[in-house]
Amino acid sequence: MGEKLLEMRHVTKRFGKLIANRNVDLDLERGEVHALLGENGAGKTTLMNCLYGIYAPEEGEILLNGEPLKLSGPKDAIAHNIGMVHQHFMLVPPLTVLQNIVLGQECKITPMDLSKARTKVEDLCERYHLQLDLDEKVADLSVGAQQRVELIKALYRGADILILDEPTAVLTPPEVEGLFDILHQFVAQGKSIIIISHKLWEVKRISDRVTVLRSGEAVSTVFTKDVEQEDLAAMMVGKRVTLEYDKAPVTSQKDILELKDVSAKSGQNASSLKNVSLHIREGEVLGVAGVDGNGQLELSEVIMGLRPIQSGSVRYRGEDITQVSTRRRIESGFAHIPEERMTQGLVMNFTLSENMILNCYDKPPFTVHHLFDSKKMKANGEKLVEDYDVRPRTPEALARSLSGGNQQKVIIAREFSQDPQLVVAVQPTRGLDIGASDFVHQKLLGQKAKGAGVLLISADLDEVLAVSDRVIVINEGEIMGEFVPGEIDYAEIGLMMGGTRRTVKKEGELA
Amino acid sequence: MIQMNIGGAQVQVTRKKRTESPLFQKVLGLGLALLLVILVTGIIIALSGKSPLVAGQCMIRGAFGTKNSVAETLIKSVPLLLSALGLTICYRTGLTSVGSEGQIIIGGLMATIVGVKLAALPSIALIPLGMIVGAIGGGLWASIAGLLKAKLGVSEVINTIMLNYVATYLVGYLVDGPLQEAAGFYPQSDMLGQNAWLPTILSGTRMHIGVIIAAVSVVLVWFLLWKLPLGYQMRAAGSNPIAARTNGINVAKNMVLAMFLSGAFAGLAGSIEIMGLHHRLMNGFSSSYGFDSMAVALLGGLHPVGVTIAALFFGALRTGANTMQRTLQVPVSLVNVIQGLVILFVLTQALLSRFTIRVIQRYAGKKEEDHHA
Amino acid sequence: MLDIITGFLEATLRMACPIMLASLGALFTARSGIINFAMEGIMITGAFFGVYGSYLTGSPWLGALLGMAGGLAASLILGIMSITVKVDQVVAGTGVNVLFLGLTSYFCTVLYPNGQPSSVNAFQSVVVPGLSSIPVIGVFFRQNLLTYITFLLVPVIWYLLNKTTFGLCLRSVGEQPHAADSLGIHVDRMRYIAIILAGLLGGLGGAALSLGQVSCFIENMTSGRGYVAWSAVTVGKYSPIGIMGASILFGGAEAVQLRLQAMGIEIPQQFFQMLPYVLTMVVLAGVVGRTVGPKAIGKPFVKGER
Repeated sequence: MGEKLLEMRHVTKRFGKLIANRNVDLDLERGEVHALLGENGAGKTTLMNCLYGIYAPEEGEILLNGEPLKLSGPKDAIAHNIGMVHQHFMLVPPLTVLQNIVLGQECKITPMDLSKARTKVEDLCERYHLQLDLDEKVADLSVGAQQRVELIKALYRGADILILDEPTAVLTPPEVEGLFDILHQFVAQGKSIIIISHKLWEVKRISDRVTVLRSGEAVSTVFTKDVEQEDLAAMMVGKRVTLEYDKAPVTSQKDILELKDVSAKSGQNASSLKNVSLHIREGEVLGVAGVDGNGQLELSEVIMGLRPIQSGSVRYRGEDITQVSTRRRIESGFAHIPEERMTQGLVMNFTLSENMILNCYDKPPFTVHHLFDSKKMKANGEKLVEDYDVRPRTPEALARSLSGGNQQKVIIAREFSQDPQLVVAVQPTRGLDIGASDFVHQKLLGQKAKGAGVLLISADLDEVLAVSDRVIVINEGEIMGEFVPGEIDYAEIGLMMGGTRRTVKKEGELA
Repeated sequence: MIQMNIGGAQVQVTRKKRTESPLFQKVLGLGLALLLVILVTGIIIALSGKSPLVAGQCMIRGAFGTKNSVAETLIKSVPLLLSALGLTICYRTGLTSVGSEGQIIIGGLMATIVGVKLAALPSIALIPLGMIVGAIGGGLWASIAGLLKAKLGVSEVINTIMLNYVATYLVGYLVDGPLQEAAGFYPQSDMLGQNAWLPTILSGTRMHIGVIIAAVSVVLVWFLLWKLPLGYQMRAAGSNPIAARTNGINVAKNMVLAMFLSGAFAGLAGSIEIMGLHHRLMNGFSSSYGFDSMAVALLGGLHPVGVTIAALFFGALRTGANTMQRTLQVPVSLVNVIQGLVILFVLTQALLSRFTIRVIQRYAGKKEEDHHA
Repeated sequence: MLDIITGFLEATLRMACPIMLASLGALFTARSGIINFAMEGIMITGAFFGVYGSYLTGSPWLGALLGMAGGLAASLILGIMSITVKVDQVVAGTGVNVLFLGLTSYFCTVLYPNGQPSSVNAFQSVVVPGLSSIPVIGVFFRQNLLTYITFLLVPVIWYLLNKTTFGLCLRSVGEQPHAADSLGIHVDRMRYIAIILAGLLGGLGGAALSLGQVSCFIENMTSGRGYVAWSAVTVGKYSPIGIMGASILFGGAEAVQLRLQAMGIEIPQQFFQMLPYVLTMVVLAGVVGRTVGPKAIGKPFVKGER
């Protein structure tokens, strides 16, 4: 360590008026793991995309071994032994592992000979103790294995510098351990790694140094061993934040929603639900923790009536609603904050006013005597942008022109203006900054205070623990256990998320 | 956005520019597209050795020169307008139908059956009946593609095209067989009973009450799209079917309904063609109005008012092109060329208006700088 | 009876050839992620210029070359609209069809000042000695050269798509353009290559129709074959071999129409004329949903936007 391998100097990247990175300095030493820490939207990925040649920064320079580096595309980065594993894997599912690894190296109409490539890949696998079946289709691999394909892909292209964007976001705790082992081996063999993360414990665990980004600017670079998680959190957010809310205890014994032994087929790349039972009481927030893709989306869709179930039953206030349509559920008081704001939540080409009545356009006051009243729609839009602090305050703006946080506000305004009895919120703060997240949490707790039941599905464990009254953990479509926040520690929760069933039942849990 | 310094405080004033209004951008884009169409058409005419200016003159004279030519222009606009209104509903619901032609044919067929078989009925009953049956026939024909899309996910584009051919051959068979005229000479049906003929509303011309029906339909479609909850629902399902479904809207039902309605308007157009002009069924009576109406719907910006203007434009084009062919020997197929150009250039409207606005702004900005200097 | 079968087979092969060529061309665009509804316009242009080229030069092969160039021009318009301008590919394709349907009719009057000749030099059958005299299957050995080339293209294109790095790149662009881009593959360039191949093959398919079947150009003579060719891509499950099967099926439907009509069977001819179109609808309804197309089909590629 100690030798400066790579330097980014005064890098500034703009998108129109938006400044994603402002005057950022970053340096990487040979053989180190350098963490890039920051909140969602702090500009971590943009900065690394500049380093990988996907974006061209407006100002600043990149030095490799002291030489200025000009990148006009990922190909240049690859040629200079820089490799990147994106958060969303860049793999072609119908192709085999080997084909994915060699893809893009050449583009010729001569016969393809993969025997040399095969030997080289097998060597790499052996050197780093990675297990992969090279002839399997990527579509059939687990997420962890797909990530290994991405790693090999970068190594195959001769990467000495590896950029990993949020590599643990999609992994179970045992898979995370596996990844960290692999990264240690890489470093031991002289590779250098930049790892993007917003998880403090992870940065603390794996990195040698850490650079903290906030609102596009590099706040500071420190040796990881010199700082505590609290210090990193303060640097990341700019102020001390405590994710703590005042919650009234649940007093009602009445179940709003009850699922009994529900099984349902899954969508793509996700687990199907297996005999899921749960219940939510009036005024209760039930958190669902788990790694992405373990059946959370399916669970929310089953509750909303968007996905048919194979067996089991869904009851709402004691009444069997298993066969009831989504429309009827919404009419009887269901609110839904879907995972995908832009595809499921909003009609991007509609105005805010139009979006704010998507679940109630055919009810009074918007439709009276079978006639649609656009004046009432506009009045409603004006009121809600004010009440929910949507910016800009123009209800006639198109939904696509808004930032993510404001789009989420539009959805919440729509759903909560109908006085729901049950709220199903899926990853409601994904991609939002702390301020917007806090807003969402307050609104969810506001519904709880009004006596509504809230199901909060989130992959962000801190969020689940802070907002929920009771938490269940889901893994591969099955409920692994249930606990009350504060009752057990992170390690135990991590085990459940990784697929270990909780055996110890605490008193009162079944009450 | 303008930054001002008032009393030491930075104040930002947002002045809404005309160039930011979506309506302005759309009208600008469509106008530019139309200009380019005229330009390219002119070049094509010039390449064939004819003067585009004279051709244009001929067209305008042919379309608007006399009372009769204005009437002809209006008559030709009617089927274009009706089936383009249908397509407006369809496209707004997110379905790309290419099937108006077949639906017009089926509408005409239905009206013929009513007009021939029930010729004894009085006008007051026969005319509405012919129109209603024609509309229902066109609607059901379109629903085949709608159902296949909604239930099985088969592309409505392919199926509507295939249904056009099937409709053509079906009528071809009928006028050559069961529906052939009693004389048995030409492949055409018997004349409709006089009671089924649409009354004319301008003496000395062929202008019939279909013009009024088309005008009423414009209002109806506008009403459907913006004054009924169904219209909101269709537009939502068309813009983002996933969000619509998540919010409890039955997207499949909307698809079938939109297809039915679009077919019904085309079927109405077909029945008006038969009852108002031809008075009997024959091969090719639809004279590709159905295909033209795609260009009309797109050029009209999928809005009833815009569609009306576009339909009048294309009606005039058809009437004028006939005159142009007679005087200049420029083939009528030029109208097809113009349609194709309209579809392609209208697709680029967003690009065109963005580009022009940027040029204007750069020019305006420069001028402002000059002013300050 | 043997004669009937032989005649039917012969007609099937002849009818399948234009559809197969166009469909193989459309396969490239499909695999690269572009919906090719413009195939009708590409084919009609190929059909027109095929005849015009043969009329000018006296050689059907030079005619076919001109037809391919015409198809290329039509295809490039679709390419520019869907790759560079990034508009709705279905509507753009329809626009191309309407435009070239009109242009070919227009040219028909303008380019032949004295009217189109009733026939031009067309492709001649190449009879393979010996093999062609075998009963029934002998028909496979007395086709015109273009038919042989068409069938030869099936394994060639299969090889190109599945066994070369070019095929790998093309397929990755149609499946995961962002992944392809991250590996330095030029997404738009690959798509333009697909558009060019589709134009050339579609144009040749059109020429096969005008020069291989009737030796003259008739307005709107493709009458939906371009759409049938695009359907054959789906029905053939996006593989050249499947497309061969689908094209023979559709060609067979056309052949039935011709043969039964000739045999004087008492069913009105219009019902046979409907057959290819009805068959397309029925087969599509049976196949769609069970075939998974390229993931990125119909979606323009915007760098950095997922």
